[in-house]
Amino acid sequence: MKKSDWFLAGGILIIAVALLGYQFLANGGDPSESVVVVTVDGEEYGSYPLTEDCSVDIGETNRLVISGGTAVMEWADCPDQICVHHSSVSRNGESIICLPNEVVVSIQGGAEPELDGMVQ
Amino acid sequence: MKNRAAYFGVFTALALILSYVELLIPINFGIPGAKLGLANLVIVVVLYRNGWKEAFLLSVVRIVLAGFMFTNLFSILYSLAGGILSLGVMSLLKWKNIFSVTGVSIAGGVSHNVGQLLVAMAVVETYQVGWYLPALLIAGVLTGLLIGILSAGILKRIRFIDG
Ligand SMILES: [Zn+2]
Repeated sequence: MKKSDWFLAGGILIIAVALLGYQFLANGGDPSESVVVVTVDGEEYGSYPLTEDCSVDIGETNRLVISGGTAVMEWADCPDQICVHHSSVSRNGESIICLPNEVVVSIQGGAEPELDGMVQ
Repeated sequence: MKNRAAYFGVFTALALILSYVELLIPINFGIPGAKLGLANLVIVVVLYRNGWKEAFLLSVVRIVLAGFMFTNLFSILYSLAGGILSLGVMSLLKWKNIFSVTGVSIAGGVSHNVGQLLVAMAVVETYQVGWYLPALLIAGVLTGLLIGILSAGILKRIRFIDG
């Protein structure tokens, strides 16, 4: 291995750790105020408090279940089933993606004002 | 080389075996198509041994065959995005000659994962997916490092066979 190889590996790892640090700090919001935001094809489908247990049918393609402060994709008709096998999400920023159905379930902090108005 | 086609067949078979082995290792990064990239070992060896054209062909053949055999049509498109970006970056860096095989392989592993993430972001049109970037960067460096060290070892030994 050359010295430049180590610089490359180290440089990328430093970027990754810096991003992780940023995520950790941005994660400081009160978990009781987190919401589960569902987007379909880039459009917001709905948002649900993480603290209230419920089951949400996302169109006819996916079913989201919120219970005990975590969210899971309980069922989906997609061929890969990656979203269904994905572990449950509960921390701000975490998301479950169903690529074939273009569905994203993400946890967002309720505490800070969101940027929703700007990205639309 | 006379038996170029035979070598290509052997490399394709090896890449497919590694693709299958990878399926047996249950690692889910949350991004469809983002995997360990064990098959990249064969791609890196072919890139250094036979050049980028054969590595490109092998990469496409491997992804399409592995897609049909082990997964589904849908995942082929996503794997191609990461595979082609990764090979493009590796070919360029090999040509620039700044890094050894290991550095080129690290860049390949990272760009593969970044490619998958970009496709996922484009498809779902949601920037939240970018949350997984740090995990994918770290995974790309580690697997790229492992594959680079193995490739360097294989390339050293293969030289004797070729004569
Ligand atoms: Zn799915």
